[in-house]
Amino acid sequence: MPKDTGIGAATKRREDVRFLTGRGQYTDDIQTQGECAAVFARSTVANGKIKSIDTSAAAAMPGVLAILTGEDFAEVGGNPAGWLINSRDGTPMHEPKRPVLAHGKVRHVGDAYAAVIAETVQQARDAVEAIEADIEELPAIVDMKDALAADHYVHDEIGTNQCFDWGWIEDNRAATDEAIKNAHHVTTLELVNNRLVPNAMEPRCSIGHYNPGTDEYILHTTSQNPHLTRLLISAFVMGIPENKLTVIAPDVGGGFGSKIYHYGEEALVLAAAKKLGRTVKWTADRTEAFLTDAHGRDHVTKIELAMDEEGNFLAFRTETMANVGAYLSNFSTATPTFLHGTLMAGNYTVPLVYVNVKAVFTNTAPVDAYRGAGRPEATYSLERVIDKAAREIGMDPIELRRKNFVKPDQYPFASAAGLEYDSGNYDALMDQMEKVADKAAFEARRKESEAKGLLRGFGVNAYIEACGIAPSNLVGVLGSRVGLYDAATVRVNATGNLSVMVGAHSHGQGHETVFPQVVGEMLGIDPQSIDIVHGDTSKIPFGMGTYGSRSLAVCGSAVVRATEKIINKAKKIAAHMLEASDADIELKDGVFSVAGTDKSVSFGEVALKAYIPHNFPLEDIEPGLEETAFYDPANFTYPSGAYCCEVEVDPETGKVRVDRMTAVDDFGNVINPMVVTGQVHGGLGQGIGQALVENTTYDENGQLLSASYMDYTMPRADDLPFYIVDHSKGNPCTHNPLGVKGCGEAGAIGSPPTVVNAVIDALQSGGKNVTHIDMPMTPHRVWSAMNNA
Amino acid sequence: MTKVTMTVNGKSVSGDVEGRTLLSSFLREDLRLTGTHIGCDTSQCGACVVHVNGEAIKACTMFAVEADGTEVGTIEGQANADGSLNVIQQAFQDHHGLQCGFCTPGMVMTAAALLKDNPKPSETEIREYLEGNICRCTGYHNIVKAIMAASGQDVSAIAAE
Repeated sequence: MPKDTGIGAATKRREDVRFLTGRGQYTDDIQTQGECAAVFARSTVANGKIKSIDTSAAAAMPGVLAILTGEDFAEVGGNPAGWLINSRDGTPMHEPKRPVLAHGKVRHVGDAYAAVIAETVQQARDAVEAIEADIEELPAIVDMKDALAADHYVHDEIGTNQCFDWGWIEDNRAATDEAIKNAHHVTTLELVNNRLVPNAMEPRCSIGHYNPGTDEYILHTTSQNPHLTRLLISAFVMGIPENKLTVIAPDVGGGFGSKIYHYGEEALVLAAAKKLGRTVKWTADRTEAFLTDAHGRDHVTKIELAMDEEGNFLAFRTETMANVGAYLSNFSTATPTFLHGTLMAGNYTVPLVYVNVKAVFTNTAPVDAYRGAGRPEATYSLERVIDKAAREIGMDPIELRRKNFVKPDQYPFASAAGLEYDSGNYDALMDQMEKVADKAAFEARRKESEAKGLLRGFGVNAYIEACGIAPSNLVGVLGSRVGLYDAATVRVNATGNLSVMVGAHSHGQGHETVFPQVVGEMLGIDPQSIDIVHGDTSKIPFGMGTYGSRSLAVCGSAVVRATEKIINKAKKIAAHMLEASDADIELKDGVFSVAGTDKSVSFGEVALKAYIPHNFPLEDIEPGLEETAFYDPANFTYPSGAYCCEVEVDPETGKVRVDRMTAVDDFGNVINPMVVTGQVHGGLGQGIGQALVENTTYDENGQLLSASYMDYTMPRADDLPFYIVDHSKGNPCTHNPLGVKGCGEAGAIGSPPTVVNAVIDALQSGGKNVTHIDMPMTPHRVWSAMNNA
Repeated sequence: MTKVTMTVNGKSVSGDVEGRTLLSSFLREDLRLTGTHIGCDTSQCGACVVHVNGEAIKACTMFAVEADGTEVGTIEGQANADGSLNVIQQAFQDHHGLQCGFCTPGMVMTAAALLKDNPKPSETEIREYLEGNICRCTGYHNIVKAIMAASGQDVSAIAAE
């Protein structure tokens, strides 16, 4: 019988009611009396020297209050990279300044060089058109290979377009080369992990407010991590003391990584608010979002897999060029390195891995973490080359994977790419996938498709990811400039209800429902009496926010620790009330009782006693019932999965239709299976989107050709099937209190290679010797591959 | 400025608007009905779908002056008279048909228009009808399922919780 409350229950989401009735409050919904509007002047060229900016005509336009340019921020700090990477030769990466507004040069189409603040957004927009900017267009650096060979630079001061040249694990390089040289069989694949735009449906929006009486700033902004944003603004960019800056991220309409980062617009509205003594609001339109939100992926990779006669994996070697765009976004150096290279052993006992990543500056928007962040790139390379290898040696692709899987008795398992996997059972996931996908009947389905004149293919994938980001000690050694713990405060109010303040931020993940399930279960009380407070730095403890499938594994662990402290203190109070020893107090179903007696007090009575401490042992116990815990994980968590996909390809047109998509994941323990399933669904939609339709295209001049929904294909309802999702075969994480692993990114990691493998299988079944097609597998690409094979 | 008058969610409202003011802006900024969302500039995303004289319309494709004299329905007016969720809204909650909630008002308004014309749509019909509404969170699975459920169809055979 499934539970209807607490841990494991598919509790319906309480936040849904406000979203379904139009009562959500997203940043742009906030309207403040006397607010004015900011609109940005953005570069129309990809690379250019700013010779002059004449704002005099614009300043005289109706309603214009101020115009700010890069000059106004010349003395302000740059928006930093959060992770310092050293090149193979030990030299540090190049970190050119990323200013609030472009100064001296513009470096990508959309790079803002001025902002108009006016009474209305229409007036500001009109005035932007009147700014006379003399920008000398320079040759654009777009293609990564060209960038590495070029003698002109995105950032002249560093004299190269290479940010770093990273090797992992450098000590294994020679042995990996040797293994590949001497192997019985080597499979090689060159592939492109296509550049994507995250496309949260809510465009970015920031509102700056300044109180001259107290010298305090408030920033409302679309953020996945308000404390991180405040830290970046305070410690690096503007120098506003943290105790004078409140960052509030209210309801946020999706993030997928793009709202982790601090953007210049946030600093600008704060500076303008102080300058004018007015509330200043900026809301991106969709084209601005395409031009300036951090993009994702954009790797060009060559991968080699060495095997012995029996198909045992001996080594993986990859060379990758990773586009970081025109400026380093906050995690853009971590994504292609430690979130990618460390996963390049996959689910396998392969003894040697070597990864080389060259990060490349180009005159394009910054590229950073997008749902999965490095791990989809790793999985895609591995699972594509393994599929190709299976075909080359004539082995079933599932059998080849199983042959090389880490086995259940090998945990903890030290991977050849430097991580220690704590738990898993990849064969069991594969068994379950074959069962729930009804693989046995695939051949019959293939015959049915063939009878319709369609080619059917079956694609498979096994993935592992590192989530629950991240152990601070470990990431500190690896170059992170921040710690990656999280925090929670559990406040039991006098009347027995609870407010739980968390560092994680919910922008679709359902924290308002899920965290109370955990606390309610631990205390034995109704989760409905527990409210989650998030998104406001003036209310919540310093936590690092939501990304990297970390909310439950890291912040949820902090919630557990804080609740444990509450229980300990409440037991002491109960012991006093019951005149017993606190060691004898038991908590069950919200009642504290003395073991072996009928003496008891309710949770509510204890709460009231804590705040009305009459006859209270003040020498032993402080009044109040509120506890905070910071939780820093001991290790990453390692969700894993086995996915399969069946596609039908129309040989006449090259059109691919995903007919069946199955995701079997090991997320460890599951708190709310409904929410977890929904997270997988969303990831699958994005992953299938990447595989079939989505692409970000710059032309040779650095113009973004896919800058609207007319040009960038978003997956729509009729591009996608119903999914089969299963997480019944979880192996609990061994090192966090809930045994959870994280589910937010899995679907987007596991699905792209699955779809591609299925399409290749379909074409092969039709007698076409096609071994690879780059994503997105549009009808044109598929048809061309078939007809050139 | 032009004076416009219309009935929104059963109440007569009026305001002075510029010729270029979109219905979506009028609803959000003048009437403070911020449940109608703006997700794009090209009438592609569907987050701003409202009902105008009973038809589903993207509010960003219409000037406020064009809506003069019409009956407009927005997400704020969809709940039952007692404030409880209507059948479609309830199905979205029951089947986890929303995550971040940003596209949700447009999805609910579009679903209402579909079910008015086609009370028992097939999966394929629902997916085709939703072509003008983009969701980035759900992969559409639970939206399609919720709309089928709202139309009284048995969705128990469709995978997952």
